Amino acid sequence: MTDAAFVIAGYVVIVGGLALYTLGLWRRLRDARASDDEAR
Amino acid sequence: MKTRILGFVALGAVVAATSVALFVVPPDQNQGDAQRIMYPHVASAWLAYLSFGVTALAGIGWLWKRDLRLDAVAHSAAEIGVMFTAFAIWGGMMWGRPVWGVFWQWEDPRLTTTALLLALYVGYLLLRRLTDDPERRATRAAIVGIVAAVDIPIVHFSVEWWRGLHQTATIGSPDRVLNPAAPMVFVGTLLGMLGAFTLAWAYLMVRRYQLARAEAEHEEAIRIERLMTARTAEVAR
Repeated sequence: MTDAAFVIAGYVVIVGGLALYTLGLWRRLRDARASDDEAR
Repeated sequence: MKTRILGFVALGAVVAATSVALFVVPPDQNQGDAQRIMYPHVASAWLAYLSFGVTALAGIGWLWKRDLRLDAVAHSAAEIGVMFTAFAIWGGMMWGRPVWGVFWQWEDPRLTTTALLLALYVGYLLLRRLTDDPERRATRAAIVGIVAAVDIPIVHFSVEWWRGLHQTATIGSPDRVLNPAAPMVFVGTLLGMLGAFTLAWAYLMVRRYQLARAEAEHEEAIRIERLMTARTAEVAR
């Protein structure tokens, strides 16, 4: 692997992971609020 | 609305900082392009420290004030901290292979203590799943969160205290504040990445806290419903 490949792998996982976590968090928050509304 | 604005600002900052780190800053003379991984790697490590520091402080706050909102802060920070620790480790591995020739070395104190930090806070998150009682859970988690925070200074100063593969601090140690161990263009880019990631961290903390509160309210609603059902059954007898 070249240096560039390691750089790409590093950034894809870190920045991509940040994006995926944010999307997952939005989804969990939406689901939690929906189930909270149902409970009421 | 304010949180949404924070989210947009954080997104713009992360995109800008990543673009500068990848395409604008020149490569390092010795390490070449591999050194570009340093920017998100160091930023992730800083946010791991910050997160676990918040977990410990909020844990102390819970033990003192008995306010479950503080436990929600501690829980949120721990989850986000685990993510940033994993990012720091991954970034370090991707940097280490081309520069050191290995992804990982257990003999290195910085690497090993960081792996321990990750294990401690994964344990913290697992511990939280062991009981449904919110107060008991908060107390147990607070104790573990405070004890585990002892590893934060050990991770940070491990490069000064022991010899290993990992380089000493570029910035962030007392003697490096006015005399960083890298050219200012690299330090400026690193500070930009630190700022961008910190904004993203702040946004995620707000959202994760909102989730923790929503989950706590849902848990409470279920508990009350169960109590009411039990009481109704008792009266019917």
